[in-house]
Amino acid sequence: MGELERIVDDCRALVEDPSYPAVRRWLADHPGGKVLGHFQVYFPEELAHAAGMLPVKIMGAGSTVQIRQADARIAAFVCSIVRSSLELALSGRLDFLSLFVIPSICDAVRNACGVWVRNFPQFPTRVLYFPQNAASAHAVDYLAGEYARLVRLIEETTGQPVTAERLAASIAVFNENRRLLRELYRIKRETPWLLSALEAYVLTRAGGVMPREEHNALLRRVLELVGQRPAKRQDRIRVVFEGGYCEQPPLDMLAVIQDACYIVDDDLLIGLRWLVDDVATDGDPLANLAWAYLNASSYSPVQHDPRKPRAEMLLRRLRAAGADAAIVAAPKMCEPGLEEQVHYTRTLEAAGIPYLVLEFEETMTTFEQVGIQVETFAESLLFEFA
Amino acid sequence: MTAQAQDLVGATRKESRRLFDSWWQEMTAAAGDGRPTAYVFVMGSFNELLRVFDFVINFPEITALQTAVRGQSMAYLQAAEDYGFSPDICGYVKVDVGLQLKGGEHPHGRVPRPALALATNMCNTYVKWAEFWEHHYGCPVFVLDLPAWRGAGAAPDPADPAFERDRRYVEGQLRELIALCERITGRPFDIDRLRESMAETNRMAAVYHEVLALNRHRPAPFNAAREGITYQGIANLYRGAPEGTQFFALARDELRERIRLGLGTVPDEKFRLLLAGTACYTHFKRFVELFESWGGVFVLSTYMIFAGGGFVPGFGYDLTRPLESLAEQMLQAAWWGFTGSMFYPQEWLANAVRDWGVDGICLHGVKSCRTTSTGLPDVREWLRTQRDVPGLFIQSDLVDARLWSDAQIKNRVDAFFEALAARKAGAGR
Repeated sequence: MGELERIVDDCRALVEDPSYPAVRRWLADHPGGKVLGHFQVYFPEELAHAAGMLPVKIMGAGSTVQIRQADARIAAFVCSIVRSSLELALSGRLDFLSLFVIPSICDAVRNACGVWVRNFPQFPTRVLYFPQNAASAHAVDYLAGEYARLVRLIEETTGQPVTAERLAASIAVFNENRRLLRELYRIKRETPWLLSALEAYVLTRAGGVMPREEHNALLRRVLELVGQRPAKRQDRIRVVFEGGYCEQPPLDMLAVIQDACYIVDDDLLIGLRWLVDDVATDGDPLANLAWAYLNASSYSPVQHDPRKPRAEMLLRRLRAAGADAAIVAAPKMCEPGLEEQVHYTRTLEAAGIPYLVLEFEETMTTFEQVGIQVETFAESLLFEFA
Repeated sequence: MTAQAQDLVGATRKESRRLFDSWWQEMTAAAGDGRPTAYVFVMGSFNELLRVFDFVINFPEITALQTAVRGQSMAYLQAAEDYGFSPDICGYVKVDVGLQLKGGEHPHGRVPRPALALATNMCNTYVKWAEFWEHHYGCPVFVLDLPAWRGAGAAPDPADPAFERDRRYVEGQLRELIALCERITGRPFDIDRLRESMAETNRMAAVYHEVLALNRHRPAPFNAAREGITYQGIANLYRGAPEGTQFFALARDELRERIRLGLGTVPDEKFRLLLAGTACYTHFKRFVELFESWGGVFVLSTYMIFAGGGFVPGFGYDLTRPLESLAEQMLQAAWWGFTGSMFYPQEWLANAVRDWGVDGICLHGVKSCRTTSTGLPDVREWLRTQRDVPGLFIQSDLVDARLWSDAQIKNRVDAFFEALAARKAGAGR
């Protein structure tokens, strides 16, 4: 096994371990250190980083944890990621949290915030309202104010002042991380035979549960190694995977898909790549972060922004990646994802772009059906293109 | 019964029919003559502002609910699912999608096309719903952010700089909305008309609270699930209009008369209940009957709170500064809705149990509404362990008959009443 494969394996082990080993290592190395957990999709981790906190993405438990207690606290028709994240907390696996922030992305998770507040009085749980009136002339100012409100809470939690200088330094760390992730995705788009979608995914996801400086070092090494791979291009169709912005598809599902296609771009964990350019490090850092969220950002079904028509953005993603087709997925019981799916598929149909609709759940354990669907889809396209 | 009493008893029902019919006539006429119609939702109402521009106002949640009560929602749901919408999303959305796909043809009339769609973030599904109209009709969509409950803290204080910051944001958005309405209708904004409409809402809100309070009486003069849904409908449709105030004055007078005559909503009231959530409208009569057959009366519902106008206790617009006050009240209403009946409702529910003399709470989770339903099992557990309030948690839907399981729900309801009866007997009541 080469060094790159070993790094990928380590990352996979890290993201599949519900005990958050990297977080616990960081706490052992930083006695008295505080951890800020945040739910999907995007969170300005710089705010926590600038106070010396470790920001950690809470993104469900996949099939690694059996839901035992959460089902008694949350209605049955709620998506899996909301239930499994609560299960992680109820089972003590998130005992390291000093603060938890839930962006107001959907009705289920915002309501679940009340469940967290009632059940975990030992740490604050807060809702963060990102503007849904994103085109308003007042939105940047409002969001900067929201960030300032959070900064005050972070300062109370840590006892550390969050100065503009510290914030600027943190923004620089995360700019570097986003630049490295953009490079990783460029390789996946341009030479997908050098880096599989699954590899890129676990490398990206590891960033959500480990200190970002470590992740930056890891990605730099990966990018050096990828170029040395002897892999050769294969005759596969190129697809974009859309539908992984919140609940994550099981790793084995991605593996099944990539057996038949090159996944050249996707919206998996889009929150880690939400800001598509460097954030300015001069001037007011909170205003810079707020401006970037609204004006230099990707798209997802849970942000309403008339300046970013999502179906058109999907077409652009397909064109930029030179993709032949799209896989339009949505998690079971995910209201925004399932609603967006309709508009995506109708737009793709109108544009004459082939697509495959998939529904998934993070707890899925059998993938034969998905495999057959994807294989049939890919073969039919190869036959058509031939 | 005197002639005056005979006139009053039943008068509210007749008047509500007239008002609903009148609304449908206006909508159907607009579908023909193209008068600008605004689509809005029951949480975060814009009525006062829209009346200034003479918009016809469509409430798709109400039209969807009405199809279910008529037993006709399934055809609309099916049309939406055939179009591509999943069985696992909000039924209200799908009924409306089906309605739009059928050219607006509704059992009560015809829904006009939207000239403007308005949503608030009080329900994220509102935003996705409005996006469907945007895609389908190309109409403008305006989303108003109402940042409210953030997980902690007491009720917002207008003197708090953080609240003032939120209020300024909402006011700024309202000014942008006004400019949009001017562009769509070609009418200039008239702040005096806004003031008149807000004054009317002030009057209506005061009587609405009087009506709610009358149900503290034993026996309760109305059922908050059955009559309550009519009251909510009128509160939304006629908010800011004199007909709305007059309706609630009539309802108040009828309820007072019923109390004077000793007329409860059931002949022999045995259990006073609170409904957290909504009823099931495909089986509306049956839903209420399951409880009334045990002498159980819903004396209050959270639906009447979060979707009945959002009239915060002590509600009153300051007419000397209309836009500022509108922004302030919308924020207060959002905060009240989130903490009084949705995300963090336990204290409000416990207080309501005390104030309305409630024996138990029915928490009805509906697949169509994650906003109101997600945390209900946890709320029931909190009330049981922290306040010794008995709770029943059942699940079905608003408009999807496939999710109603009669035997299962009846079993649970019956078991709940048996436990309530034993509890009462044990308490020597």
